[in-house]
Amino acid sequence: MREVAIVSSAIHQVKALTLTTDVQLMVPLINEARDAVGLTQADIGFTCSGSSDFLAGQGFSFVQTLDAVGAFPPIAESHVEMDGAFALYEAWVKLQIGEVDIALVYSYGKSSPGSRRDVLAVQLDPYAVAPLWPDAYSVAALQARLLLESGAVTVEELAAIAVRSQRNAVGNPNALRASPDVTVDDVLAGAVVADPLRASDLAAEADGGCVVVLAAGDRARDLCERPVWIRGIDHRIDAHGLGVRDLTLAPSAALAAGKAAERAGFAADAVDVAELHAASTAQAHVLATAMGLGGTTSGNGVRIDPSGGSLAADTLMAAGLVRIAEAARWVSSGDADRALAHASSGPCLQQNMVCLLEGE
Amino acid sequence: MVKVGSVDPTPLRADLVIEYPFTRTTGPVVGAFMTGLRDGRIVGSRRADGRVFVPPAEVDPETGDAIVDMVEVSSAGVVETWTWVDPPRPGSPWEAPHGLALIRMDGADTPMLHGVLVDSVADMATGMRVEAVWRDERVGHITDLVGFAPEGTDAIVELAAGEAASAVSTEVAGEPVRSIRTPIRLEYDFIPSAAAQEYLRAYADKRILGNRSPVDGAVFVPPRGVDPRHGVEATEMVDLADTGHVGNFCVTHLPIPGRSDLPTPYVSAWIHLDGADIGFLGLVSGCDLDDVRIGMRVRAVWKPDDELGATAENVRYWEPTGEPDVPVEQAGNQAWSAKESPDA
Repeated sequence: MREVAIVSSAIHQVKALTLTTDVQLMVPLINEARDAVGLTQADIGFTCSGSSDFLAGQGFSFVQTLDAVGAFPPIAESHVEMDGAFALYEAWVKLQIGEVDIALVYSYGKSSPGSRRDVLAVQLDPYAVAPLWPDAYSVAALQARLLLESGAVTVEELAAIAVRSQRNAVGNPNALRASPDVTVDDVLAGAVVADPLRASDLAAEADGGCVVVLAAGDRARDLCERPVWIRGIDHRIDAHGLGVRDLTLAPSAALAAGKAAERAGFAADAVDVAELHAASTAQAHVLATAMGLGGTTSGNGVRIDPSGGSLAADTLMAAGLVRIAEAARWVSSGDADRALAHASSGPCLQQNMVCLLEGE
Repeated sequence: MVKVGSVDPTPLRADLVIEYPFTRTTGPVVGAFMTGLRDGRIVGSRRADGRVFVPPAEVDPETGDAIVDMVEVSSAGVVETWTWVDPPRPGSPWEAPHGLALIRMDGADTPMLHGVLVDSVADMATGMRVEAVWRDERVGHITDLVGFAPEGTDAIVELAAGEAASAVSTEVAGEPVRSIRTPIRLEYDFIPSAAAQEYLRAYADKRILGNRSPVDGAVFVPPRGVDPRHGVEATEMVDLADTGHVGNFCVTHLPIPGRSDLPTPYVSAWIHLDGADIGFLGLVSGCDLDDVRIGMRVRAVWKPDDELGATAENVRYWEPTGEPDVPVEQAGNQAWSAKESPDA
């Protein structure tokens, strides 16, 4: 395999980007990520983005956002109607082919103009499920109740996951929900939003975007002091239907973690930090268990969601790429040697990507 | 020079509604399920080892193998997991707070999602037995089921307004269901960008604004706050003339839905304003359609002053000025060809 590293990233997440278009959001972010390693668009061999037309309410909205790249003269680019983490996977494959040495990956989501929890119903089975318009909070609640009633986790343990996220998020400028001294009792005192889940159990909805620059081999070493190597990356998928799989498990996350570990040469839990893309505290528990990180707050010595994770700020279509960027920052700064980043797509953790990172 | 950012504290906004009037073919498996619903029965699919999927899977989700046959299951079953939806969600068939549950019908091995019709969250419990509540008029749609009620109760339910069964019916009575309507409606509160806010407000004063590129001075209209060639912010606003030329045009013979004021055929044209380096879309009128040509000089025909608003619709159309044409080889986009790219 060709060595590929994350050499630069930029993140911006806020509650609502009221007067800012997707293009205006991405112009400074893309420039920040390119400038940090002294690149212009002319140096970039492949550009790949992730976004959703359903958030913009506009078909093929991603072609407008290419304005932010400066796509003239014409560039080689691609787009996925998925989280940017999956755009990163495509860029990684492109780098493996060997025709290009540097790739730019970005994704963004501005869900605030619509009702995001209802828009997400459109991703469900269009025949027997979507016409009932089950909103995303309700679907997350169905999964959480199964998990609680299976005995795998308690309400208090879910609250502890919320506390972990809010405490870790302190100091993260891209987190929306942070508190240095929040307690399990505080969280449990909150009102139930979608029985059995409280607002603190549900990821904080954000608008925002993320950019990651990838480079191969010595080009990565030239561009930055400590490249963050992608040692293993894999994504797997479970059945789409909510009723046909055990929602208390995430077999595709476990499989992706195993495959990524094979390639990386170290286990998914042999990392210092792990960033999880979860829509709820219950999903965070399911993921940590599936990937062998330990189910609740402590993990097997792995620090879970040091940035607060997606629970602290969840930008639809970008939260997975943000997890990769956040995990890479822990490694590039030297605070961690190895990190796991996870990204998800589809309802109730249907599709899962695991990215194992290691410093130079 | 006007800077972006000096916008009115109360931004312009508009309701944006997207509707997808999908009609979906069902195929034989989903079709059997929908036909069953129309007939007041719940039908699942059975795979080789006897496992029964409700709603039916078209192929085995684990192996990809074809389904063996279709089987009827009970209309009663057990709640496996649930939540409580209060208030009911927009677009859903329910008008009152309701349970939402994965319910495993007797005879099925997988649960299906549907509503539970009880008065309060206190009436919900995992393991509770429920039975189907059917609409009187059924068409072969998941909403033929009003929901599920605790066994032995007579559920009285209010259906959402406008959800008449005929709205989702595509079928001929007695025939198997082959397609269903699944309309999607999404509502957005659209707020234009700061640059677009200024652009729209300027129309109220019969002014047309553009954005000047900080790279080479090229002027873009409408202003989007960036130079798309270079991926840089463009904050400088410039006033443009309300005269220009036709860079390209098209004669359209099809009416625009919702524009009965626009008789066909009409000419839509790429209008290149004097002082701008790219064109934008406008209607050309006030002359014989056969006279419209590339390079023809045009001016804006504005609505009467008492009808002006913060909208590009203030320009009713563009009419010929009668001035000599712009030569064809100089007409059209200038920003891409006349201005030299610094990257080139």
